[in-house]
Amino acid sequence: MDGMHDLGGRQGFGRVRFTVGARAFHEIWEVRANALYAFAVRCGIFNMDEYRHAIERMDPRHYLTASYYERSLTSLATLLVEKGVVTREELERRAGGVFPLASPSAPGRTNASNRQRFKAGDRVRVKPDFVPGHIRMPGYIRGKTGVVVSESPVYPFPDAHAHSVEAQDEPTYDVRFRTEDLWPNSADKALVHVAVFQSYLEPA
Amino acid sequence: MPDSERVIRPTATMEQRVDAIQAALDERGMKAAEAVAEQAHRVQEEWVPRNGARVVARAWVDPAFKARLLADGRAAVAELGLSMPKHHRHLVVLENAPKVQNVICCTLCSCTAFTLIGLPPDWYKDLDYRARVVRESRTVLSEMGLDLSPDVEIRVWDTTADTRYMVLPERPSGTEGWPEDKLADLVTRDSLIGVARLSPGGA
Repeated sequence: MDGMHDLGGRQGFGRVRFTVGARAFHEIWEVRANALYAFAVRCGIFNMDEYRHAIERMDPRHYLTASYYERSLTSLATLLVEKGVVTREELERRAGGVFPLASPSAPGRTNASNRQRFKAGDRVRVKPDFVPGHIRMPGYIRGKTGVVVSESPVYPFPDAHAHSVEAQDEPTYDVRFRTEDLWPNSADKALVHVAVFQSYLEPA
Repeated sequence: MPDSERVIRPTATMEQRVDAIQAALDERGMKAAEAVAEQAHRVQEEWVPRNGARVVARAWVDPAFKARLLADGRAAVAELGLSMPKHHRHLVVLENAPKVQNVICCTLCSCTAFTLIGLPPDWYKDLDYRARVVRESRTVLSEMGLDLSPDVEIRVWDTTADTRYMVLPERPSGTEGWPEDKLADLVTRDSLIGVARLSPGGA
């Protein structure tokens, strides 16, 4: 989905709030929120793609104003409700107030039928796919051409794995793009490497 | 639930929401409280940047290890007793050079090799870093204190799948003959992410 989470290359953001030795956590509840989501994954209640997608399904206004660990906790709560572990009513009764959750999921999809193997040096194009569900193709590479650097081991296909759709595991390709191709005349010169699932690619 | 009802009820605080989930799981016999204590220990005591620093120091002193690390990162870090989660199936180590600076990010969320680098720092997960580092890398690095000369090539790695990345920074000059432990002391978390270079030894 073309959600608010897909931030790469968006303009208008400011300086990075960088400090040397910056912390991962600032509040105790953040450590607990992180632990509870990891616990739910270990228990097999949901997988990492479902977890990521539930964050992406948050209302864009909530997504932008929530802290990182609020997004994480919202995903956890949403999936616990959707998987039938708890009800929203129970969570809100226990919390003593409104517990914002993410919006319902759209359908996922299985692997592309015309997948091809690529080798280092091949020029590839990212297919102009638009899907309503989970996808790990950042919008800034859609339709863009790059060069294959290497092939990864096979991974669960996120577009299916986030939606309990049957699919084969498939490799990703480390594809090297030039920023002048991604954002012509509007970017610092650099190479951007993206791990692109096989189903998202076609020969260029 | 009707919207009118939601408007007049206050939103629960983050602590209340965490308490609610933990209590709901505990009541179902899932021992969430114990899991929280275990995970808090892992993220604060076990998954620390010192792990990545040890890997880097070993690579600096042992060329054969470095070759194995660059060929198959996951297997090589296991030699040092370091593990990665099951779903991190592949570790790609990115070697810096005088004219090459690698930097890692996750524009879609916050993925990192957290057992080696530590849970990512706040700024790594912020919208500003995620939005800008792929498009304005040189500007962003400069704002973060890393001024690279124009002839240094920047390679940004967006963690969009289950491949994980770690930067292998250059060994500072003046550290010849140093023991591994002392070399590891030089390696910062930020250099493993690629937003900092390391100072020369003794500087």
